Amino acid sequence: MRPALSVILLTTLIGVGQGLFAALYAVQVFDRIGLIQGPASAAFYPLGCAIALVFLAVGLGASFFHLGHPERAWRTAAMWRTSWLSREVIVLPAFMGCVFLYGLGHFLGWTQHPIAAGLDGTLIIGALASLLCALLFLCTGMIYACLKFLQEWHTPLTVINYLLFGSASGLMLATAYAALVAPGLVRFFAAWAVGFTLAALIGRSATLIRNARLKPRSSLQTAIGVKHPRIVQISQGFMGGSFNTREFFHGMSNAWMRSVKWTFLLAVFPVPLALLIAGLVGGLPVLLAAAFLVQYVGLLAERWFFFAQANHPQNLYYQRIS
Amino acid sequence: MTQLALVIDLNVCVGCHACVTSCKEWNTSGAAGFLSDDNPYGKDPTGTFFNRVQTFEVGEYPNTQTVHFPKSCLHCEDPPCVPVCPTGASYKREEDGIVLVDYDKCIGCKYCAWACPYGVREIDEHRHVMTKCTLCVDRIYDESLPEGERKPACVMACPANARLFGDIHDPESGVSKAIQENGGYQLMPEWGTSPANHYLPRHKQEVKVRAEDLERVDNPLKVDGRLPKPAIKSPSLDDVTSW
Repeated sequence: MRPALSVILLTTLIGVGQGLFAALYAVQVFDRIGLIQGPASAAFYPLGCAIALVFLAVGLGASFFHLGHPERAWRTAAMWRTSWLSREVIVLPAFMGCVFLYGLGHFLGWTQHPIAAGLDGTLIIGALASLLCALLFLCTGMIYACLKFLQEWHTPLTVINYLLFGSASGLMLATAYAALVAPGLVRFFAAWAVGFTLAALIGRSATLIRNARLKPRSSLQTAIGVKHPRIVQISQGFMGGSFNTREFFHGMSNAWMRSVKWTFLLAVFPVPLALLIAGLVGGLPVLLAAAFLVQYVGLLAERWFFFAQANHPQNLYYQRIS
Repeated sequence: MTQLALVIDLNVCVGCHACVTSCKEWNTSGAAGFLSDDNPYGKDPTGTFFNRVQTFEVGEYPNTQTVHFPKSCLHCEDPPCVPVCPTGASYKREEDGIVLVDYDKCIGCKYCAWACPYGVREIDEHRHVMTKCTLCVDRIYDESLPEGERKPACVMACPANARLFGDIHDPESGVSKAIQENGGYQLMPEWGTSPANHYLPRHKQEVKVRAEDLERVDNPLKVDGRLPKPAIKSPSLDDVTSW
């Protein structure tokens, strides 16, 4: 497939936003249980939610550039019974609304319910937002995983990787954010960021190994229904390009694909982890920020590779211009 | 339940592209809007088509067959492009099984094209909506046309009659009989899409020459014990001295 920048930005940016929100909520839950000491600063949650919302909103905005008729985008909520894309379009704004309410609740101090003492309003909104956060990961992943003839995507690993990459990048951002606002939480976030980054490494490696061993189910034989071992296309039926020759192939060489793969394998996993640990040991917040930025750029490459690697069976019909 | 479809006889298709141009002409002139063309005579032409004729070579020289292969939307009975559409613009008609796009609802997200293994949906890059074969839905029910012309434009255009049109769910229809009698098949059966359009396979054209075609068994000259001379293989001057 030809990777679209708008979709690459959408999936990576909302992943960061989701991961950052999940990190904030995890702090509140762990604090409530008494496992860690919560942030001293009152601005921690509202400001964190605002940052998460910026990522989500920019991602949502980027997605509009993918549409031919963005003014009709409201129609996309119609087919939630069958379409994962429709479900994502519903869940994303709902999640953003809950993140907004969660941040607002912390800002306005809804932590104590006026009637039922001890009932924390933000904890409830946060639980709802967490559910939507998980659903959003599911929807985003399933948009690709549900297409059965795109065999590179048609695996539960697709959903798992979206979850792990989003969480890892959100936690990296949370670590850098905590260094500025709540230094006591830096180690907590950093530990989780390392954990999720390593989990993402396992998930992505599993996908790479799986996809390297894939056997395409479609062939020229099934495409035109002629059972002969040797079939070659003489003409695709037109001499120029078309939507079909542009949309479904990345147009890059194998060497380029390999270099993108190694770029993201380095930029998403070892380099940010090294920067993170160096930042922790040296006490340098700038290194923590660099860890997030490097990982995010790596994720752009990862997402590009994810789209480009999918080999659409329709390409069997469009191989030769003459 | 009706399921309208095309049945394409690969044995007959000569690859003339008349169906392609006829389709383009009809569908770019209709009320549903034009089909874009950019640089049609320039260096890098591109455009929207509902129908393509492709050519494949099967076998190894000198034992090759050239297969001309027309391809348009197959109007799958279980179309994977329909459930993925977030707006409901892509739909399959209950009454005749035609898969259509509502151009007023389509947002141009291209997800349906990703979900079609056959590559028969093409986005119109000027109208920014997904377009595809409609089986000439604006022709086949048009009562102002003579009944014989209520067929898709591609079927009307085919000079070799390689394209048949009809209801494949009606066992008495011409297309159903063509599928049954000639081993009509579907494309990429591995994905379970159950395409309505069928293809009739190539069969080898052979001239069968039997012995009695060369030598008359009821030759009046050929009486028992008195075979004509000279023998059949020997050279002769005229028909009489032969057999």
